[in-house]
Amino acid sequence: MIQAKDINFNSAWQEMTPGGEIYEGGTAAQTITGEWRANVPAFLEDKCKQCLLCVPFCPDASIPVVDGKRVDFDFDHCKGCGICYKVCPFGAITFGKEEK
Amino acid sequence: MSIRERLSGNEAVATAMKQIDPDVFAAFPITPSTEIPQYFAQYVADGKVGTEFVTVDSEHSSMSACIGAESAGCRAITATSSAGLAYMYEVLYVAASARQPVTLACVNRALTGPININCDHSDSMGARDAGWIQIYAENNQEAYDNYLQAMRIGEHPEVRLPVMICQDGFITSHGVENILLEETEAVKEFVGEYKPENYLLKKENPMAVGAYDVTQYYMEHKVQQAEAMKNAKQVILDVAADFEAKFGRKYGFFEEYQMEDAEYAIVLIGSTAGTCKVAIDKLRAEGHKVGLVKIRVFRPFPAEELAQALSKCKAVAVLDRSEGFNACGGPLGAETRNACYDLENRPKIINIVYGLGGRDCAVEDAEKIYHHLEKIVATGVTGPVYFHMGQRDLREEVL
Repeated sequence: MIQAKDINFNSAWQEMTPGGEIYEGGTAAQTITGEWRANVPAFLEDKCKQCLLCVPFCPDASIPVVDGKRVDFDFDHCKGCGICYKVCPFGAITFGKEEK
Repeated sequence: MSIRERLSGNEAVATAMKQIDPDVFAAFPITPSTEIPQYFAQYVADGKVGTEFVTVDSEHSSMSACIGAESAGCRAITATSSAGLAYMYEVLYVAASARQPVTLACVNRALTGPININCDHSDSMGARDAGWIQIYAENNQEAYDNYLQAMRIGEHPEVRLPVMICQDGFITSHGVENILLEETEAVKEFVGEYKPENYLLKKENPMAVGAYDVTQYYMEHKVQQAEAMKNAKQVILDVAADFEAKFGRKYGFFEEYQMEDAEYAIVLIGSTAGTCKVAIDKLRAEGHKVGLVKIRVFRPFPAEELAQALSKCKAVAVLDRSEGFNACGGPLGAETRNACYDLENRPKIINIVYGLGGRDCAVEDAEKIYHHLEKIVATGVTGPVYFHMGQRDLREEVL
């Protein structure tokens, strides 16, 4: 069975699954989609009260929580939608144009 | 032992469905295919099948339900016609690209507009590039037999494509004819169980279906589909051979009628074949070397085989029961001319659009076509290569 990690931009059609089926869970982590981003949030740790409101609001699970505390963004998958910046009650997230 | 019966085409297909007893039937009625889910609903109510009968709000939903059920690992079917098939357009492509072998009973009816409920092939011809296998019937027997073969073709691991089993609206779907049915046990044994390798409800490997393709992946998946359609050719022949061994009725990509020494041939699809055969018998008795190729499998299109079958003809008329509005011919005409291009000695080929919206085609019409083909060869003048037949017309008739 062909696994998602074995499929990439160099795979021939014979090396890909029929119809693009994916035979395991959690494979989105393998695909870097953060590069679509135009705007970017920034995490100000000193202002954060760890209320964790931003975490469930993130549509892309790009705010990792370690030992009950949120850490910096997963920029490999954050699309820069700005929802976290809008919902943060403490001004602990800023939002602006990303310089690349 | 085969069972002698008298059934309409719709009853024949509904009977095949009952005998196969699929997992899911997603149903939305539309003339002239309405009877198929209607009969099937009775089988469900009577406990004759174990099928989950899903009554949905539209054809877009019936096809979507079928795709969902197939993805889950079920054998799913539906039936439709005309505008119903057109309403499925978006999801027809999804069934094919997701490689879900849904079986659709298509009862061919003209597309609106103007609104019309009678037979032509514009509905399924509109879906000819959707990635579905398309198999057409001349009569109720063929509709039944094609249906029994559909799932083994579509579900084959080298194919995995949805299949459309087409029959002519009213002419076949509502005309009651003699038919040979097979014993349900024998049908079940022939069709077999659907056992996909992977499916959503397989708990060992949670699965995703229908993921987004970026540019770097889309084309590879389309090539997979194109290759699957090529693979379908051999599978169609293998299944037909097994069908003949079990039930005694022979099928291929097309039927050749009096083609052995035919110099003048008609190529067509569907119930008009019966009309054409009567004309051939009459003309043969008068010494005319005329024959017929009745296309059974339109997708995949048997181009090489058809070219071979027509290679000894002097002139060929391709009859299209749908318009392409490309100002140069119908879909079967285009395919046939393309297929014959590589022949060393190409026959003269004309393309006639006929029978739209249920317009009748009589034995005399077929005779006229053969006489016209003979005239083309005798005079060396092909004349118009694309014209219509059967309409009231103030211009001089071509035929």
